[in-house]
Amino acid sequence: MMLKVLTANRLRDGEVVYLTATGTWSEWLDESGLAETPEREAELLAAAELALAARLVVDPYLMPVAEVAGRLRPLSQREIIRAKGPSVRADLGKQAIRR
Amino acid sequence: MYRYDEFDHTLVAERVEQFRDQVARRLSGELSEDEFKPLRLMNGLYLQLHAYMLRVAIPYGTLSSAQLRALGHVARRYDRGYGHFTTRQNIQYNWPKLDEVPDLLADLAEVEMHAIQTSGNCIRNVTADHYAGAAADEIEDPRVYAEIIRQWSTLHPEFSFLPRKFKIAVTGAPNDRAAVRVHDIGLQMRRNEAGEPGFEVIVGGGQGRTPLVGPTIREFLPKRHLLSYLEAIMRVYNLLGRRDNIYKARIKILVKQVGAEEFARLVEEEWRHIKDGALQLPAEELARIEAYFAPPAFEDLPARDSGFEARRFEDPDFARFVRTNLYAHKRPGYAIVNVSLKPEGGVPGDATAEQMEHLADLAARYSFDEIRVSHEQNLVLPHVKLGEVYALWQALRAQGLAAPNIGLVSDIIACPGLDYCNLANARSIPVAQRISTRFGDLKRQHEIGELKVKISGCINACGHHHVGQIGILGVDKKGEEFYQITLGGSADQNTALGDIVGPAFSYDDVVDAVETIVDTYVGLRRPGEQFNETYRRVGLAPFKEKLYAAH
Amino acid sequence: MPLIKNDTLIEDSWVAANDDEPLPLAEAIIVSLERWQASRGELLARNGRLGLRLKSDQSPVLVAEDLEHFDLIALEFPKFKDGRAYSYARLLRERYGYKGELRAVGEVLRDQLIFMHRCGFDAFEVANDEALDAWRQAAREISVWYQPATDRRPWAAHLRHGGAAERRARSA
Repeated sequence: MMLKVLTANRLRDGEVVYLTATGTWSEWLDESGLAETPEREAELLAAAELALAARLVVDPYLMPVAEVAGRLRPLSQREIIRAKGPSVRADLGKQAIRR
Repeated sequence: MYRYDEFDHTLVAERVEQFRDQVARRLSGELSEDEFKPLRLMNGLYLQLHAYMLRVAIPYGTLSSAQLRALGHVARRYDRGYGHFTTRQNIQYNWPKLDEVPDLLADLAEVEMHAIQTSGNCIRNVTADHYAGAAADEIEDPRVYAEIIRQWSTLHPEFSFLPRKFKIAVTGAPNDRAAVRVHDIGLQMRRNEAGEPGFEVIVGGGQGRTPLVGPTIREFLPKRHLLSYLEAIMRVYNLLGRRDNIYKARIKILVKQVGAEEFARLVEEEWRHIKDGALQLPAEELARIEAYFAPPAFEDLPARDSGFEARRFEDPDFARFVRTNLYAHKRPGYAIVNVSLKPEGGVPGDATAEQMEHLADLAARYSFDEIRVSHEQNLVLPHVKLGEVYALWQALRAQGLAAPNIGLVSDIIACPGLDYCNLANARSIPVAQRISTRFGDLKRQHEIGELKVKISGCINACGHHHVGQIGILGVDKKGEEFYQITLGGSADQNTALGDIVGPAFSYDDVVDAVETIVDTYVGLRRPGEQFNETYRRVGLAPFKEKLYAAH
Repeated sequence: MPLIKNDTLIEDSWVAANDDEPLPLAEAIIVSLERWQASRGELLARNGRLGLRLKSDQSPVLVAEDLEHFDLIALEFPKFKDGRAYSYARLLRERYGYKGELRAVGEVLRDQLIFMHRCGFDAFEVANDEALDAWRQAAREISVWYQPATDRRPWAAHLRHGGAAERRARSA
């Protein structure tokens, strides 16, 4: 069964965010809530709709991930870049922030 | 260059407040995203991969020092300290915050700038020859007409919801430096038999999914009819352009579908009704705008400058810079100086706030306060005294802005690609960087000579790959980044679309492939033969052979 | 649906006729192009006002000869992105001289009202009653125009020269 997370952009500043298991929005992929069943996917989407209506986020969608060595990893190049920042500027985006 | 009067100032100020209100209504929920999206697009604001992206208009690629300085200020204050110059002579910022954009736009309005209609299904920034008003081969400065078209098209009530985006380019010289044949409307200044200047009107060119070289639909249009004729074209397009499929909605599809002759007939029929009507520009207004584009106070100088000649002789680095980065100016003793935004291994078209600010100072000192943005993602100081080029060059070097590579293989056009853009299938910037580094040896670059490499990260072709001598298109093959190469494209008056050379190359192999192509060309060329000439003479076969030889 | 006309909210007294039903017994009815073409004789024989509703792929050129029969023409914006009706409106007003009510219907959003007004629309079917304040505000947001349109508002190119001369003359 494919693992998915729910991602969107924050309305106010466009930052890439991920829906957590507790229904908050995090800037960090590793804090995402996971969906392993269609029911759970539906729940994530429903929560996203609420966030859309509450003007927190725009363009929410489900995105497949893999669990690798205890961390979440996107499957597509696009989502990898989206989770980290531009590959050509290590000083910009999430990759530049030490946690 | 054009200066705003009270009307222009009022319009941009009102537009800022209108957008400020629209943002507030979006944040309060009064506007849904679906309702807000076209409004923010018509103010140049996209939602991209990492953040919003704001595209600020640089009308026909012309900036004053104060404006360039302000662009640097915007980069510092509202963004991450840099901006990206595009193939439509605009600038893009990659990290603005939605709730700060109204203030950003207010700051720009102070220096007579805006982001109006840089996106959306409306008429976009009108681009022009980046050597306008300076090059010797010009009939007239096309920017006068670019400004007239800019105003007429701004907040045009009838044409703000077109089937698709609309791009117009104008060139004033027979040597087309504005790529007019791959625009929705291209205007090529010409003289008729009586020697009067007017326009050849070209409609239905474009790149993207369905690249097409635009046909001429009218050989000669007198200047006074410009706006009414454009209005006729736009009305035909607004009424007949397809609305059912966004991939078939550009005017080029309509022109191809009905044929150039029929399309011209439709336009002429509509134009008949309006040509002598309200759209005739009053003579005083034309004169007013023309006055802004009068030449600056050039000095009377001899054609040669002994200091310049001496430096060129003594300093091989300077000589190399002069060879590639200078272009002949129409006034004796002056030169057009190209400022490369393609340093070795750098991100094509990017400039830091600091570089912008320094360049603004240099323009004030050496170039009558004027800078141009070329559609090849470089900047231009259009009016520099030969005697001052050396000092300018040294100052540019200190800022990393003196790469002597204009038109060479490392002067690559690359779209932002998958590193930034929501539409992209593959990254383009790192491919450009790796090519640039591979050919880092300047001596080798100069030996190769002119070689125009253009890279797009998706089929939308913002990197203009179709008209690259070597064009590279990033594609997604089963989740991996692959690159399809085309050869023989050209964006000048002999506009041509490149031919696909064969199967695509992986991200790892594409730079080797480019090097193989370049070496093949160098090996086959006759003395003085440029890339496209060689390619047309020998065809694809020798290139295919080398590229796809069994490993 | 609420209607904005002459800067105020008014009751819509027009009744829409369905294509496959007998004509409504109302003084003012609106028919589709298909109904007009099918029932022309019957419609012209009626007493009362007649209105025509055109879809976004139905150009007014199809009824250019018949405009005298319509007190109202409604032009559809099926999606606000479909901008054909802006051109239809201008053609109706400027080319064919249509003088009756020109109504924008469909997805008519406050941020497009200012363009619609310039193109010759004088009535707007809006989503809700609160729209009036929004419309009034929207109508005032932009005061400078760079091109001529149906509304004959002087455009900047004229105001800059003629306007200035007029003002000078008046203050002398």
